[in-house]
Amino acid sequence: MTNAITGIAASAGIAAAPAFLFLEPDLSFEHRQITDQQAEIDRFEDAVAVARTEVQALADQAQVKMGQEAADVFTAHLMILQDPEFVGAIEEIIQEQQINAEAALAQIEQKFVKLLSGLAGNAYMQERVADVRDVSKRLLAHLLKQPLPDLQAITSPVILVATDLTPSMTAHVNPKFIKGFVTDEGGKTSHSAIMARTLGIPAVVGTGKATTDIRTGQQIIVNGTAGTVVLYPTTQQLKQAEAERAAWQQRLRDEEALRNSASQTADGHRVIVAANLGLPSDVEQAQKNGAEAVGLFRTEFLYMHADQFPSEDVQVEAYRQVLRAMPDKQVIIRTMDIGGDKRLPYWELPQEDNPFLGVRAIRLSLANEDVFRTQLRALLRASASGHLGIMFPLISNLSELRAAKKMLAEEKENLLQAGVKIGQDLQVGMMIEVPAAAILANRFAKEVDFFSIGSNDLVQYTLAADRTNRQLAQLSQPYNPAVLQLIWRTISAAHEAGIWCGMCGEAACDPIMLPLLIGAGLDEFSMNSGSILTVRDQLRHCSQSEAAELVAQVKAQAETASDVKKLVQAFQKREKA
Amino acid sequence: MEKRDFHITAPTGIHARPATLLVQAASRFNSDISLECNGKSVNLKSIMGVMSLGVAQGSDVTITADGEDAVEAMKTITDTMKKEGLA
Repeated sequence: MTNAITGIAASAGIAAAPAFLFLEPDLSFEHRQITDQQAEIDRFEDAVAVARTEVQALADQAQVKMGQEAADVFTAHLMILQDPEFVGAIEEIIQEQQINAEAALAQIEQKFVKLLSGLAGNAYMQERVADVRDVSKRLLAHLLKQPLPDLQAITSPVILVATDLTPSMTAHVNPKFIKGFVTDEGGKTSHSAIMARTLGIPAVVGTGKATTDIRTGQQIIVNGTAGTVVLYPTTQQLKQAEAERAAWQQRLRDEEALRNSASQTADGHRVIVAANLGLPSDVEQAQKNGAEAVGLFRTEFLYMHADQFPSEDVQVEAYRQVLRAMPDKQVIIRTMDIGGDKRLPYWELPQEDNPFLGVRAIRLSLANEDVFRTQLRALLRASASGHLGIMFPLISNLSELRAAKKMLAEEKENLLQAGVKIGQDLQVGMMIEVPAAAILANRFAKEVDFFSIGSNDLVQYTLAADRTNRQLAQLSQPYNPAVLQLIWRTISAAHEAGIWCGMCGEAACDPIMLPLLIGAGLDEFSMNSGSILTVRDQLRHCSQSEAAELVAQVKAQAETASDVKKLVQAFQKREKA
Repeated sequence: MEKRDFHITAPTGIHARPATLLVQAASRFNSDISLECNGKSVNLKSIMGVMSLGVAQGSDVTITADGEDAVEAMKTITDTMKKEGLA
């Protein structure tokens, strides 16, 4: 006998409780010929009316308990119940074929399931198939006067085990009693998985056999982080699960408290902790983790996931999607960073011996004005949808910056002439990732609205160490005093000119770097969304004025990267004490 | 009868939320309204019909409205298309 089954880790967390097998009611029916079509249509319309009222109530409940995303599912159901091609077609079949409503419903359900499944390879359509099935089942249950099982009847802690959980079922889930889900079917984006994550309930889906292997009342452990279900846990395993659960819930409480709070140091100095995005859809994770801005939205995906240059309209849509998702927050979008090692199938670029030192990023943009101007127009057109910052990558001298800004100004003028609205608070900034730009930061600062330090490239170019070469990993460290000097110089130059300075490389979420950046007054820290809450927590334990003293100490004493590390670690020990 | 061609530019095609909004917009009018793509025509008041067309980015579609409020219907649908960045 196997002790554990595995599935897809759909919602993080761990729980132990008796299993509750949630089995489907018997919805089998006979195919009958009927004589009174009108009576049959009336019976069907009654079922539709009851179902509509029910689904409306479910939508309202979901809205209150689980938010918009959950409620949208029921809005989709309501639209199916109001769909003339769905409801109307069923009534037509009753009329013409003189068969009972159940049989007519089954025919139309099949028709749409087949139609939508035909548009395969599309997770979104698979969910619509689930919607059609769910609505049809509800209608069938009403026609047969077979009530669907009611999860509200559960009043003690259980782990729900089912073939799959439909949205209608999960709307009734009370997290007080339902401690976890295990299903046979479904994937990471199925309704059950989404609802489990929304409710914060651990879930393992797509096990293939949970309902065969598990019986009601049997004690099980569901681990939604690992994607495993323990079927016959030992006392030892139960104890361990309890400890893990306590730790998980503590972490949730800590993070929840941090998610909605502003980022500030122990002595009340405010900074912005922002998210780096590679795809428009990453914005969801940024929101979940309480990002206060988007510090870097890379636009390469538009070019790399395509077989031709993305049109202006396609770009506008992608930029708007992120701007609209962050309505009160700044979103910094970086113009394309193509070239060097990032090549495009539809754009032949010359081979280069040193791609990182070659025609890439802004250099490639300036050499291909059409492509660049298309992107600038798209950014300008999207700018009215939020608070946009446009950022140029790899600027190494003032002529490049001025050329890029000139094109931007020309495109802006043309659009304004044509009556297009441009965001009032549009900012224009640049990456500081080439040492030459850091050295002349005081000059650059007079011509932009912000800096963002690209620490990965700044390290690579300052130390002449290829960051993809693993043998040089020891050398490629931001703690090197030469790199730190350039970073500090950049921050001071920004502040002297009255502009803000951020950082969007790995170093922005490096715990050793944190006091060195805070102490120097960095205004914005941008990173992968998963690190935001950790950094926000670290900030709370670090005093800005003391970090400033540390920076002075490092400046005066540190000669090597390991000196820097030692000084920071000693500082952190003192801060903790 | 009102008839109008659209070139779909949204990266996801007519899909998800925009599809829902188009159907909701069409449903407010009495006219018969249809959406045609690749020689197939569906009722624009039917979410299932619109979904099953699977209109992708780059498609050319034709919307036809027939009835007393056709002009107003076409205007509302065109606005929705524009507002949702569909065409």
